[in-house]
Amino acid sequence: MATPIVGTDLLGLKGLERETLNHYLATAAEFEQIIRRDIKKVPTLRGKSVITLFYENSTRTRTSFEAAGKYMSADVINISGSTSSTTKGESLRDTFLTLQALTADCIIMRTPYSGAPEQAAAWVDVPVINAGDGMHEHPTQGLLDAYTIQKVKGPLDGLKVAIVGDVAHSRVARSNIWGLSTLGADVHIVGPNTLMPRDIHQLPVTVHNSLESGLAGADVVMVLRLQLERMNKALFPTAREYHMTFGINEATLRYAKPDAIVMHPGPMNRGLEIGGDLPDGHQSVVCQQVTSGVAVRMAALYLLLGADDIEG
Amino acid sequence: MKTILLQGGHVVDPANQIDGISDVLIENGVIRAVGQNLEIPSGSDIRDCTGLIVTPGLIDIHVHLREPGQEYKEDLFSGLGAAAAGGFTGVACMPNTAPVIDSAPIVRDLVTRAKAVRKSRLWVIAALSKGMKNHELTEMADLKAAGAVAVSDDAYQVQDPLFLRRAMEYAAMVDLPVLLHCENTTLSEGGVMNEGVISTDLGLKGLPREAYELDVARAGLLAMLTGAKTHILHVSTRGEAELVQHFKLKGAPLTAETGPHYWCITDVAVTGYNTHAKMNPPLRTHDDCEAMADAVASGIMDAIATDHAPHAGYEKAQEFALAPFGIVGLETSLALGVTHLVKTGKVTWTRFIDAMSTQPAKIIGVDAGTLTPGKAADVTVIDPNVSWTVKASEFVSKGRNTPFDGVQLMGRAVLTIVAGEVVHG
Repeated sequence: MATPIVGTDLLGLKGLERETLNHYLATAAEFEQIIRRDIKKVPTLRGKSVITLFYENSTRTRTSFEAAGKYMSADVINISGSTSSTTKGESLRDTFLTLQALTADCIIMRTPYSGAPEQAAAWVDVPVINAGDGMHEHPTQGLLDAYTIQKVKGPLDGLKVAIVGDVAHSRVARSNIWGLSTLGADVHIVGPNTLMPRDIHQLPVTVHNSLESGLAGADVVMVLRLQLERMNKALFPTAREYHMTFGINEATLRYAKPDAIVMHPGPMNRGLEIGGDLPDGHQSVVCQQVTSGVAVRMAALYLLLGADDIEG
Repeated sequence: MKTILLQGGHVVDPANQIDGISDVLIENGVIRAVGQNLEIPSGSDIRDCTGLIVTPGLIDIHVHLREPGQEYKEDLFSGLGAAAAGGFTGVACMPNTAPVIDSAPIVRDLVTRAKAVRKSRLWVIAALSKGMKNHELTEMADLKAAGAVAVSDDAYQVQDPLFLRRAMEYAAMVDLPVLLHCENTTLSEGGVMNEGVISTDLGLKGLPREAYELDVARAGLLAMLTGAKTHILHVSTRGEAELVQHFKLKGAPLTAETGPHYWCITDVAVTGYNTHAKMNPPLRTHDDCEAMADAVASGIMDAIATDHAPHAGYEKAQEFALAPFGIVGLETSLALGVTHLVKTGKVTWTRFIDAMSTQPAKIIGVDAGTLTPGKAADVTVIDPNVSWTVKASEFVSKGRNTPFDGVQLMGRAVLTIVAGEVVHG
């Protein structure tokens, strides 16, 4: 039986104990059982209100949180940046104080500003879940990736994970670096110098500039989304050259172990960072990641809101 | 006749090579005598300074007093009051106000109204370009006639090297020092903290040290070319200090300052997205802190200045990237120097007071920074051994944006005297 982590926030995976991470993963496994039922609704969070506050467009993550809340019978209220008071000049702090006063039981936040969820968590008592903040962290993505890897490959201890692409701008990369390394995986990152942040080698990673060395012996190849706009800032020359040097396709995947799995947080640019057909192939776990996402987010809501029993 | 006798203190007056127990006699707003066993005129206000340090009034040549236009952040009364409380008898204010201090009437207005405050003295730094837009020169001769002591576009640093060359040539002609915030803003674009492992970890855009060092090199070259008295504002990196030294050795008319936060805290202070640790230039690394302390000790950093930058509480309570740059400094500067430079044995009292008073006065060309008899009696008396805790809520400044709230420090101004009048203590 999972023990709640009541009254805390989920802001990032950095600094979380291995025990805590495992607690999230074990709880997610229980919830995966529930969402695989015919009637996938439990009264666990009945009477609780969960607010998603998204200052960036996101269909995938917001829907995943919404589904997680609804499967547990919470009232889920979605607020997006364009409908919120920020367009009227309200500060983030005032927005959070207002949502707290509206008696929200949990605020889930997506923001282009690194650190905003951590700052907001200090302004209110209600638990805050970071659903992605700028270039900082995306902890539920990190958890769902760890969950997916563990489910397919078994314990993370000693597994080699290669994270490929735009590490500099990626919150997914940071959450995975912290989460996976704490869980015992050997984390390698691969990408062009221009997409590597300064002093990244001081984090628990091995840095590579070539897929051949970065993927050698990898059990997991995690492909990061590449934003095409980055081309305009001289971060890489062309989509063509990017795909030739850092794209994951049938040919480059051969550098990894034959049974390596391929992951992508989505949305994918097929033909750019990932080969056109690869996501549909037998090594891809992209769709499993999405399902894991719902289970992990149910676990997060459950653990932070302190419901008595998983089944309610 | 009004006289004050500061009796038995340890007098540190770098300009006159005084470093020992002495009395200081002030008469009618002027230093009358410095020496032992001075004759005491009857009716003197005698202050026992045993165990205290008596110095020429401290001067901070880099502060933002927010007038005109941003009085909600600070005004002349609160800003000059904060200066007096911090032991400063004079400050020089930056022109990034609303409107910008870029015309003679604004300078005259500030000079006149600052006198009425009767706290610390105010010297006015005018903008280098109209509206600080880096496009047209200000009327520097007229600004100087109105009382401006220097020109600067501060954080709106001129990027176009030809425009900067012209501005420096012109400033050299009218004999106004040019104060430069050295930053290549193309290289530092969008940055909000030091670029390094902490910015990588926090996912914040970095301000690479190289952007600042590159621009110090440009300033050094243009100082040689134009002959303008060039002063590098708030040096924060070892590389900048090395470049300043390089150009000084070549004979460039170059001076430089660093600030207290650059020798005692690092970018680790940003952890937790602490907007009170956000300023530009940003907090750097431990190695840079050591370089700054060394550069103050050696005199490569001529002066210490705070870049006192008050902001309203709600402005700092924003997403880190949106919060404005800057921290207040006037009420902690002296103690941060005493605690981290003097008490640690890194910097002597003489060099410290030289950097806090004598050199700042020289850089902006004002007749202050000494206890020479006959000069205006601007004097600071420091208790070097008092231990106190910083309480931002009790600052005289309107700004509470300090990373040092709650920190215990040594050393504090117990008496601040401007033109013979006690303005603090």
